[in-house]
Amino acid sequence: MRRAYFKFSWIAAVLLAPQLLIIFVFFYWPSAQALYWAFTLEQPWGGGNTWVGFENFRNVLSDDYYWGSVRVSVIYALATTALAMGMALILALFADRQLAGYRAYRIGLIWPYAVAAPAVGLSFQFVFNPGAGIFSYLNTLAPGIWDPSVYPSQAIASIVIAGAWKQVAYSFIFFLAALQAIPRSLNEAAVMDGARPLRRMIDLQLPLLTPTFFFLLVINITDSFTDSFGIVDTLTGGGPFRSTDLMVYKIYTDGFRSLDYSGAAAQSIILMLLVMALTFVQFRYIERRVHYT
Amino acid sequence: MIERTPFLNIATHVILLSGLIIIIVPIWLAFVAATLTLQQVNSAPIELWPGNQLWPNLVEAWRLSDFGTKFVNTLIVATSVVVGKITLACITAFALVFFNFRGRMVIFWMIFITLMLPLEVRIVPTYAVAANALSPFQTIMDATGLTWLINTVSGIEVALEWNLLNSYTGLILPLVATATGTFLYRQFFLTIPDELVEAARMDGAGPLRFLWDVLIPLSKTNIAALATIMFVYAWNQYLWPLLVITDRANYGLVVVQLSDLIPDQQTTGGGTPTWHLAMAATLVVMLPPIAVVVLMQRWFVRGLINADK
Repeated sequence: MRRAYFKFSWIAAVLLAPQLLIIFVFFYWPSAQALYWAFTLEQPWGGGNTWVGFENFRNVLSDDYYWGSVRVSVIYALATTALAMGMALILALFADRQLAGYRAYRIGLIWPYAVAAPAVGLSFQFVFNPGAGIFSYLNTLAPGIWDPSVYPSQAIASIVIAGAWKQVAYSFIFFLAALQAIPRSLNEAAVMDGARPLRRMIDLQLPLLTPTFFFLLVINITDSFTDSFGIVDTLTGGGPFRSTDLMVYKIYTDGFRSLDYSGAAAQSIILMLLVMALTFVQFRYIERRVHYT
Repeated sequence: MIERTPFLNIATHVILLSGLIIIIVPIWLAFVAATLTLQQVNSAPIELWPGNQLWPNLVEAWRLSDFGTKFVNTLIVATSVVVGKITLACITAFALVFFNFRGRMVIFWMIFITLMLPLEVRIVPTYAVAANALSPFQTIMDATGLTWLINTVSGIEVALEWNLLNSYTGLILPLVATATGTFLYRQFFLTIPDELVEAARMDGAGPLRFLWDVLIPLSKTNIAALATIMFVYAWNQYLWPLLVITDRANYGLVVVQLSDLIPDQQTTGGGTPTWHLAMAATLVVMLPPIAVVVLMQRWFVRGLINADK
């Protein structure tokens, strides 16, 4: 804690007020509102909400569509995370060797982070289009074999690939930064011991990346829950047959298209709990984060 | 350190190049599509090399989507989010680090928790608040009997109403209401030595002068880092503007416009899908944040790494 500071005065209060006001109105109030809606049901003729306890949650949890949405969200989360992190890790390990062209490689792998999710979705919508995109080759070989708007598994594969494409850059940036934080002396000691570059990657760099790895694992899974909306909305629209109806997308359609606020709120609460649980896991690992400097 | 690893070097280049190709292929295909004519883009073996229609397609896509107004809107929103976020983050972190008062840790945690739940997760109730940003206070006044009190004393019925739908404020404020930057700033302020604070006080500087003349000049790199990531974040917002803005002609943003460009059965009415225009528009929309990241690469990477851990 700081020894030298200013005495508390109205200045501090004035400086804190805007932030507190804004998070109260746009964060705490809506979160509390979601809780309230989740446990109440709006009267069809107006006149306030009635308390229904866990009824909304029971409805949500007994809904097969909801479990379908959970299932595809989990598949999406695991598949995008595995693909993106695997690719980012390999690329970061080799980019870190800093051969000629290092800067070009680095920027070439970083820029996709800046592409908006719906732009990714729309580009891949074209790539995967059965009539015009590169996958239309498949259809010239065997007509009708490729159409993500008809086959659920192909639709899921499409959003997974688009999502992973978008996530690679983020993991790459963090892996590369972590690799560069490894002290040179460790690397040099390994060289003295006769370890070749590949040996050093496996026995030195990979173990030292563990904290970053866990951090990215959690962040990627959380992001896949929250950041997938733009991709799903432009790429598949939740279809076909609700096969790509990810959790956030379902909350959006239930809340704003079907106007079922209570159901959407109950789903929001479940998703909030999930994200919070993941964040707690992350803090545990951040606590254990190893510092080398 | 000199090592001769010719084969591994070749393998490294092969791996990195294939990574680059995987990353670039989808955007390359989109780019090629944007340079073709309607017939070319829908012909079965697709083109892999650009045609000569890029400029006409860009002009046509720009006109169709009315990108002029929307670019201005997006710029206004993104800039306001950047400025608002940096200002808020700076003054909040300053108050939390350089003042000593009771309840400091409580406030710290109250702000910290907002990092946990992104806007997407609490989208439905946040939308309800945006319909009337003063509804929290109205509800509190109703519940505590304040409304009744004012009504009986002065005869005025208190009905607070501030509709944020279809306004810049409604787009900007909820995006500012997280703590990302506050922590970047807090971490930085914690590294400021006590001696500097003491010296400033010795010279008779009050807290605001210290903030303005000492801390802000010192935190220029912080500002640059935060500005790049916040700009990309704000520019790429999709779900929130999609909900808040129904008056697309006046307040529409470019990224949201993408949702109207999907050339499927609904938008073309069974006609030939206009992929060349959709892809041209996509390129235009994704370009500004890419430019920011490429040009400000150093600040961007630093901001990203420090803000999220």
